[in-house]
This record gives sequence, C-alpha cells and structure tokens, in this order.
Amino acid sequence: MNYYETVQTALFFLTLLVLLKPMGAYMAGVYQGERTFLSPLLLPCENLIYRICGVERSEEMGWRRYAGAMLLFNLVLFAGLLAMLLLQHLLPLNPQKLPSFSWQLALNTAVSFVTNTNWQAYSGESAVSYFTQAVGLAVHNFVSAATGMAVAIALIRGFARRKSSLIGNFWVDMTRGVLYILLPISLVAALVLVSQGVIQNFSEYKSTPLLQATTYDKPKLDDKGNAIKDAKGNPITENVTVKEVTIPMGPVASQEAIKELGTNGGGFFNANSAHPFENPTPLSHYLQILLILLIPGALTHTFGLMVGNSRQGWALLGVMLLLLIGSFCVLQWAEVNGNPLLAGLGLQGANMEGKELRFGLSGTNLFTVATTGTSCGAVTAMHDSLTPLGGMIPLALMLLGEIVFGGVGSGLYTMLAFAVVAVFVSGLMIGRTPEYLGKKIEVREMWLAMITILTAGIVVLIASGIAMITPAAVASMANPGAHGLSEILYAYASMANNNGSAFAGLGANINFHNILGSLAMLLGRYLPAVAVLAMAGSLGEKKYVPPSLGTLPTDKAPFALWLTLVILVVGALTFFPALSLGPIIEHLTMWGK
Amino acid sequence: MKDLKSSILMFITFTVICGGVYPLAVTGVAYVLFPREAKGSLMADTSGKVTGSSLLGQPFSSPDYFWPRPSATTDFGYNPMGSGGSNAGPTNPDYLKVVGERVKALRATGITGPIPSELVQASASGLDPHISREAARIQIPRVAQTRGISRQDLSKIVDDFTSDRQLGFLGEPRVNVLELNLKLKSLNQRRSSGGN
Repeated sequence: MNYYETVQTALFFLTLLVLLKPMGAYMAGVYQGERTFLSPLLLPCENLIYRICGVERSEEMGWRRYAGAMLLFNLVLFAGLLAMLLLQHLLPLNPQKLPSFSWQLALNTAVSFVTNTNWQAYSGESAVSYFTQAVGLAVHNFVSAATGMAVAIALIRGFARRKSSLIGNFWVDMTRGVLYILLPISLVAALVLVSQGVIQNFSEYKSTPLLQATTYDKPKLDDKGNAIKDAKGNPITENVTVKEVTIPMGPVASQEAIKELGTNGGGFFNANSAHPFENPTPLSHYLQILLILLIPGALTHTFGLMVGNSRQGWALLGVMLLLLIGSFCVLQWAEVNGNPLLAGLGLQGANMEGKELRFGLSGTNLFTVATTGTSCGAVTAMHDSLTPLGGMIPLALMLLGEIVFGGVGSGLYTMLAFAVVAVFVSGLMIGRTPEYLGKKIEVREMWLAMITILTAGIVVLIASGIAMITPAAVASMANPGAHGLSEILYAYASMANNNGSAFAGLGANINFHNILGSLAMLLGRYLPAVAVLAMAGSLGEKKYVPPSLGTLPTDKAPFALWLTLVILVVGALTFFPALSLGPIIEHLTMWGK
Repeated sequence: MKDLKSSILMFITFTVICGGVYPLAVTGVAYVLFPREAKGSLMADTSGKVTGSSLLGQPFSSPDYFWPRPSATTDFGYNPMGSGGSNAGPTNPDYLKVVGERVKALRATGITGPIPSELVQASASGLDPHISREAARIQIPRVAQTRGISRQDLSKIVDDFTSDRQLGFLGEPRVNVLELNLKLKSLNQRRSSGGN
C-alpha cells in the first residue's frame, strides 16, 4: 500500500472505533426504553404507532410468543412484497411501464428482501419501478434490519436477566429500532450521499446524445422475440448505430443509505455500489463502508453495557476486528500481485478487472471485506473477477457464518453462539462446568448454539452439491473450470448466510436457483433466529452463578484468541474440501503455468 | 390472534413511514440543498441541451478522442441501461484473449511503454467515467497528432480535467474522460467557426 492508502485505511478504522462507543451506548439506551436526545421528537410518533397497532408497550413476551410475533410479521412482509412484485405493472410510479415479475423471480426476490439477504436475480434499472423500489424494497431494508437487531437484543436480555422467562416485546423492539436508530441515521446519510452526487428524484429516465456514436451487433429477433439463427445455428445479427442513450433515474440516495446501514446490500442498479449514481466519489465510498460496519460493531458495546461489563463486548469486537483486518491484508496482497497470465503484455498496476478507478485499490478491498464480513452484500468490485485467492476472501468471510461484524443483529447473535461453543469446548478441556456471563451452558444451549452456527454451512454444502449435479445449474456458470464451481459455491454461501453479493457471472435468474435459493435463504435466516430466541428464553430462566477461581474469564485477550481459533477451525473443517476444489485449485493452476 | 393484527398494522405503518414519508423527505430536502446532484449531475452545452452526466462515462474509439476504460455493459459499451462488469474470471481463456487484443489495439497507436492495467480491464459498473493520469498521458501523442495541437497544450487541458484525491487523501487522482473530450470538441468548433 502506498502512503495515501495507508493513511486512508488507518483513518477509516480510527473513525469507526471513535463512533462505536457512543453509538453502542445510544442503542443500549434505546432498547432499554430510556429517554434519548431524540425522544422529544419521536416519543409522540412512537406512542401513536403503538396505539394504531394495538401494542401494549409494557407487556413483555416469553421466547415462544416473541419468536411467533417475529415469524408472523415476516410472513406478512413476505406476502406484501410478493404481491407488489407480481402486480408491479398495475401500481403507480412506474414511468418506464415496467412489467411484473415472473412468480419464481418474485418469490426469490420477496424472500431475499424479507430475510435481509438482498440477493438480486434481476437488474434494477430495467426491471423495478420506483414504487417497488421505494415503497417495497426500501421498506424491507428497514424492517428486516430491525428484525435482526430485535433478535440480538432478546438474546442479550437472556444473558442479562436472572430467573426470568421474559425477553422483551417484539413490537416495541421493532418500532424503537426503526424510529430511533435506522431512520435518523439514514436520513442524514442519504443527504450526505446526495451532496456527493447520488441521485434522488422520481423523474422519467433521461435521454442524452453520445458525443461519439457507437455501433454494435444486435441479434435479429422474430415476431415472438426469439433470436433468428442461420443454418449453422449462429444468431443472425445486424450492425446498429447508437447515437443516444437512456440514463436511468430514481430515488437512489434514500435507498442507498439504509441499504448499507441495515447491511441489506440490494443495489438500486445492477452494478450496485460500483454504479456512479449510487457511489460517485471516494468520500461516498468511505461513508458507505462506515455505515455497513457501524451498527454491527456498535452492538458489541450495546451487549457489553446490557450485561453489565463492557469488556465482554470489547472482547467480541476484538475478534471481529482481527478477522476483518486479516482478511483485508490477504485480499490486498492477492490483488496487488495481479494476474500472472497477463504478465507478458506489459501492463502496469493491480488487477483492475471489475473495479472502479475512483475508489482506489485499498478502498475497494476494504469495501469488499466489509460487505462480506457483514451480511451486507453490496459490491463496489465484481467479486467474480477478483484473483482466485482474492475471491476466496469474501467467500470465506461468508462461510464463517457472517460474524466478522456480521449482519445487523444476526452478526452479534451468531458470534454469541460461537462464544457459547468456545466456552463449552474450553470447559471440556479443563474439566469444569462451562459458564458464560454467569449462566451455565448445558445440553439445551449447546444444541441451540450448534443449530445457529451450523445451519448455513449444511445448507451451503447440500445446495451446492445438488446444483453441481443439475444440468441447468451447471449451464448457468459463466466461467469454465474451477472458477465455475466457485460461482455456485459463492451463490449458495451468499444466500444461506443472507449476504446477497454474488460471483455475478452466474446466470442467477433460472427457476432452479430462484427456488432452491429461496429455500436456502429461509432456512439460513429463520432456523438460527428461532434457535437464538429459544436460547434467550432458556438462559433467562437460569440463575446467576457468580464467577469463581475456576471460571474462564471471557472478557480478556486469551479468550478472544481462543474464540477466533474456534471460529476458524469450525470454518476450515466444514469448507476446506470445497474451497480446495474451487479457488485454491484455480490459484495453483494460475501461478503454476 | 392479537399478534397477527399487529403484524398487518405494523406492516402498513412502516410502509407509510419508511416507504412514503422518508423517501419524500429526502427528495424534498435534496432538491433544495443539492438540486444538480439529485437530478444526476447532468451537463448541458451553451444552448442548454443535455450532453451527458459528468458521473457516467461514454464510449470513445475515434483516435481524436481520449479512450476510456473498456466497458462490459449489455448490448454496447457504456450503456447506462445495462450497468455491470464483465464478471470474467482471471483464468478464463476468452477473457485473456480479449485483454490481449485490447493491448494490441493500444500498441498499434504507437504506445511502447507499460500500459496502466485499468485501460485494458473493464470497470465494475461499465460506466466508470475516469482513467488514471498515466492512462491519459500515454494517449496524449495520439490525440495531439490527430487534432493538430501541441502536446504541451493538450497536456494542460488534461490537467484541467484531472481531480486530485478527495480532501487531499481519499481515493485516487483521476481524469474525467467525457468532460475532457467535450472540451476537445468545443475547442475544435471554436476553431472551425473562427476560420469561417
């Protein structure tokens, strides 16, 4: 890295760390029902929402009712979005007269946005109306994020409370999460993004002349829209001159802000955050990375405060930072080394295929690790075109279970499940009853923790396996050889872990991927979430065991290192064989030639 | 079922707040504070006709213009309706061949030294409006010759359309190809109209 890249990266992490503490404390206040500096403005709105929706704010729920409310709410969200996608052509704010989605694509998209995945098998500028974007997709960016945060907060209450079977009120956690945390930050961030050039309007698409006309071979179509082919089966084309292009418009900034803040990641345009209208300047770029990491990072401090020992939170943050910075370094090294197969051509500089110039190499790489370490999945580089080991980094960050900061809420609760496992394994080694935060870890908690951390991995491996023996899925690969396997593995890793980024060469809009992918997203989201709520319930009922001489201190560096090791071992045991057949073999063949 | 009723009402309430009030509020304030940016940073010529957006690149292949990065947008390069990258993997033989051909095309214009990789590798959006200083520099001899202006003068024009790192340290220095080429065209027009 050159001088400027080092300064940028160092300043970025400094800014992030400075923000985490006040943000974490603010969120702890919000979820504990305290007054905040926004209360004078928001409390009336909050109370009005409770009155409209029939919510009794002081009424607390046991874990079964909390989980039931969460699932019901998500079901209603899913049905609402599905209907909107299927009826897009009848709804307003559709100046381009875009048609409705096919049911398979609508199913996949509705599941994708409700589960906070934002996997996109469509391309925004040519398929989605302003109504669907702003009134449909953007709303789900808020509520799916708030759902994840609510589940994490419920688990924290389970650890913090003693002999109580109540873990909070889902409706109150939802409402406060959206009103006090997501909306105000999005509002400010969206305006800063507009100042940088992110567009925000409801205008029709604009047409503009090209300074120099361009030509291309356009396939000839028959009356039914199928390509006409010659005797040899090659499509017949005609040379077309283009003098004018259409520039898409839309309410982008408002969606961009919550897309990053809620670790959703669904781009307004096909190119996502690489598109100059979504991310025009280096400053907008760094702001987006900051938004991605802000809530997942700050929740570690919220956790520490709510369990009464902020060092417990900092230990988890340390693990996340260690893994994030480690991944960044490997990715940077791989991309700087470039592509040896192009070495004879006299090129200068890093691998720039699928990258934008304005962000710089280190900035682009920082975004890539942030977006895949969290479950965001927005992209500023096309991950498919990264070098093999470079591309393995985002893949591995997802396969670890989205815990390197992780999704809003889901990152923290999955990390806590790993911590429970780490405490249990170390308990076995030293022959003590494992305890975490004064709660005994017993068979039930271990079961629930295993479900939380293993569901996604099992789904990834089985679904990728099925795909590899299905001709339609094999045909959807864009690149030959080991890289094709990486594309499939990446797709299911992304969907099962609710990330949403892609090795985008893959032809994702086929029935096979749409339907199997929907299943992967649903299992990867709701099995762990319900397991976590069950764990919250069972932990809450336990009595507090004061620490003794034999208790493993979980707020110190040795535990953080141990936890890192457990995470890496679980990840390696599950995925090393698959990774060897994809990126690792591609790396070896690339450099061995 | 009390929670079902709450689910439906919450869905409607949040749709109104996050899907109605929020985007409209952002649009309203953005139109007041940053109207040009909110509408796409569009550029217009002296007669007020839109000539493009300063954020979106356009395709150029004629020797008297600076060439931008390769673009993999659908149908044709720099198509704003089909943003995206090539998604070519690093070991894909078709991709390696294409890069080889792009290098050959540049070498044919007389470039002998190292070529900045971004000039032969497609961007992520396919709409990247920028190239590096170095990528502009190696094109100066070609453009200067075809336009009949001195390399020094052209070099100064390139500098005018080069942005430094934002705030002095963020991102990379870069040249906006469309803005630069629009300037070249306006110079020519002025010269030819002056000759009449």
